[in-house]
Amino acid sequence: MRLISYQPQVSPWTSFDRLSSLRDLLDSAFQLASPGPQTGRGWAPALDIYEDADHVTVKLEAAGLKKEDFDISLHDDNLTVSGERKSETEEREGESFRSERFFGQFSRTVTLPAPVKADGVTATYADGVLTVTLPKAEEAKPRKIEVNVK
Amino acid sequence: MSQIVETKPAPVARTTNANFIVPAVNIHQNGDGYTLEVEMPGVPKGGVEVTFEDGKLTLVGRRTNAGDREGLVHRESPEADYRRVFDLDPSIDSSRIDATIEQGLLTVRLPKAESAKPRRITVG
Repeated sequence: MRLISYQPQVSPWTSFDRLSSLRDLLDSAFQLASPGPQTGRGWAPALDIYEDADHVTVKLEAAGLKKEDFDISLHDDNLTVSGERKSETEEREGESFRSERFFGQFSRTVTLPAPVKADGVTATYADGVLTVTLPKAEEAKPRKIEVNVK
Repeated sequence: MSQIVETKPAPVARTTNANFIVPAVNIHQNGDGYTLEVEMPGVPKGGVEVTFEDGKLTLVGRRTNAGDREGLVHRESPEADYRRVFDLDPSIDSSRIDATIEQGLLTVRLPKAESAKPRRITVG
């Protein structure tokens, strides 16, 4: 399965860990040194893939968008989800002194684990998670074969 | 000049999963107070806990799909819940803190107390 590179925006840590201010400092130092998720092609939301007998489900974590901001396309068994998170900062009055969120365009493409029927694809956006449900093509569904044991 | 300082979170009573991830935040300030935008995708309305104690604002977001492993083919989303703690400026009126979550984006409004707003004092 081919997957487009993913660059996580945040890293896990424990609540008993070091001072977060120090971590922030280190993070900001590394962001200066290496191309961050925002450079080049934009940011990359986390993507999960699930599969059951009848469906392939792809979930994309992208908080604070509108459902119209997403664009979903299917070419053979390659699913592409792209979109744009629009910045509202320009319209804001006052001072902004911490900006960790990413804005702008993103695009993720995955090769699905099974052939799907293009006409039955549905998508919902709730709690900041886009869920794309793709029904499997008939030939990809598991078949029950009766075996007569003599 | 920042009046909201992030602090080391205090230990929390949680036995199953002591790991949290730090959500990305944007902080804006205007004359009336501060606005925090915190990214918590996967957290429903009921999964947000906002607590204010000893001058510390704690934001916790519990995701619904944390243990969702059935049929999992590939996972990039973290399983841990979100947690972030801020030291609040004393000028913030803690009784009027307001929080809403919309499509995984938690917005917390921290209004300044009336007494902390700039006032003109006339000399009699």
